[in-house]
Amino acid sequence: MSVALLLAIGGLTSVGLYLITARSLSRIILGFSLLGHAAVLGLLTAGGPPGPAPIANQLDGAASANPVPQALALTAIVISFGLTLFLLALARRQQLLSGEDLVEDDLEDRRIRDEEPEAETDQGADAHGTSAEDDDRFAYDLEDADVATGTEAAS
Amino acid sequence: MSTLIALTILAPLAAASLGVLLRNRVVWRDIVTVIGLFASAASSFIMLFTVADQGSYRLHVGGWSPELGIELVADRFATLVLPVALSIILVVEVFAIGQRRTAWGANPELTGPLLGVLTSGVSLAFLTGDLFTLFVAFELILVSSYVLLTHQGQREQVRSGMSYVVMNLLASTLFLFGLAFVYAAAGTVNMGLLAERIPELSDGVRLGLGAWFFVVFGTKAAVFPLFSWLPDSYPTAPTTITAVFAGLLTKVGIYAMIRFHTITEMDALGPIMLVLAGITMVIGAFGALAQSDVKRILSFHVISQIGYMLMGLGLFSTAGTTGAILFLVHHMPVKTVLFLVGGLIENHEGTSSLDRSGGLASRKPLIAALFAVPALSLAGLPPFSGFVAKFAVISAGIQADAVAIVAVALIAGALTLLSMTKIWLGVFWGSDADQSDILRSQAGIVSTSVANRRAMFGATGLAVAGTLTISLFAGALFDLSEKAAFELRGDTPAVIDGAEDASAINNGGQP
Repeated sequence: MSVALLLAIGGLTSVGLYLITARSLSRIILGFSLLGHAAVLGLLTAGGPPGPAPIANQLDGAASANPVPQALALTAIVISFGLTLFLLALARRQQLLSGEDLVEDDLEDRRIRDEEPEAETDQGADAHGTSAEDDDRFAYDLEDADVATGTEAAS
Repeated sequence: MSTLIALTILAPLAAASLGVLLRNRVVWRDIVTVIGLFASAASSFIMLFTVADQGSYRLHVGGWSPELGIELVADRFATLVLPVALSIILVVEVFAIGQRRTAWGANPELTGPLLGVLTSGVSLAFLTGDLFTLFVAFELILVSSYVLLTHQGQREQVRSGMSYVVMNLLASTLFLFGLAFVYAAAGTVNMGLLAERIPELSDGVRLGLGAWFFVVFGTKAAVFPLFSWLPDSYPTAPTTITAVFAGLLTKVGIYAMIRFHTITEMDALGPIMLVLAGITMVIGAFGALAQSDVKRILSFHVISQIGYMLMGLGLFSTAGTTGAILFLVHHMPVKTVLFLVGGLIENHEGTSSLDRSGGLASRKPLIAALFAVPALSLAGLPPFSGFVAKFAVISAGIQADAVAIVAVALIAGALTLLSMTKIWLGVFWGSDADQSDILRSQAGIVSTSVANRRAMFGATGLAVAGTLTISLFAGALFDLSEKAAFELRGDTPAVIDGAEDASAINNGGQP
């Protein structure tokens, strides 16, 4: 088990995990590509020591590399390729619909959350002040839901 | 038998391919899809009876030894759950054909073929004997579910689809890492061999693997800290699609968990599972109470009910596993029916919001009756199937002296009844403000023909009858579940038999 491979797996995983915490779907896609690579390298590492290519009838079994993890890795690569394409299409659709490829909040959740503290609207607004940027970004959603207009008028 | 196993997996896939080719010839497309799904469901029923009679059967695809190749196992657990799952998909497809392309009806050009792919994935996930094929089956299910969820391309669906896809993709990636760990630790991904080798590993490695796969399957099953994607995405899909998702997807996750964690003897994780099961039940039930939309209330109940199955598994006793399996069998049809009734409400009222509908019981008593049966069953009232399943789980808890979790389960049951009452009050009783005409035209629902309505009501009625059948045959099903639990837990289990066969093949076949 080589140290270089382990370091590569660690590096790819950490960068990948960092990227998928982003709001932008294009970053998330890059993150998943890197994570996928890390997982495939992990499968290869799990297969044991390296050796000549495991081609049937050309080797005496014992010396060749373990073919099973390679087969698994190949399948995983094909699947992650297809999923990356789907995610790209989804990001494109989101960009067409909203102008950005951001992952948005759940409107119904926000509506239910906002329903409760209606009596203390001022304090509520202050409390949300820290996330003002966030609110701006999703302002159009709230208008769609006919909710924000109500609470703002009340305050 | 081997033909039956292959037919169950391949028939819907073949129907899906044909369905895509025939997408412009509506009648033929629907006929082909229904035949494919029916063939799959029928062969799964034959397998149920054959396996109950003659014991488990294993198919080595391509004649490879289990250590190298794919192994499909038709054991008692798989063949008990599979017919229920496949019949559900068939019923939903009939409902979808009836619903056609209304505002909440999925595009029929895609729904049929994609349901075929989903069915194939579900069959593969239930029948597979190795972890990597399970991964592939999960992907097959998820990819078709991604498309089913987002194919209408509406804003809300794309938004929620993104979090759904990202969460599930993360779980899939973790699954892949987990496969690497398992292979490194045990040198195989075949479950029969893992059942022998994992219990022999050192405690740290063994429980690490168990916890890792608990997270992976827990994300798919929407267990407590990992459920956030579910109530967000499910309600935005067309009702027929949500019905399949709610009935099947999380259940495939919990199925994999019951199988993997039982055969690898992860008893030490039991207490953690029980705590999370309790929180899952209560959080799901409270979440449902806070909602004011039929589909969202039902989505939170999917989470709550997962808690009961996890509780059965977490007890790690034969009675507990039996309860979990029985609960799985009961829950799949009940949940699907409730969502189908949600579809009927939407189709009739033009909305699924509790605030904007009311008085439906006097106008459409049939819908009210179709809702009442599965709702009471979900809450666990006798004589419906939910009572039998909950009774099995809770009595297993009492046998194991797990008082706290039993109390939590009972409280969550009461909360379930409360939110079912909320739907009843909001939709079926209350002021008879019949705004359905306005709301329907706003939502763009075309009035459905008599034949279409017959298909929708017929499918829902059939499914309600199915849930009643489950309570009628509760005794027989309990026996089957108990046998499946015995087999899984390893007194005379099929999978371990398979491992012995496997080593025999290896010794004979190795150069």
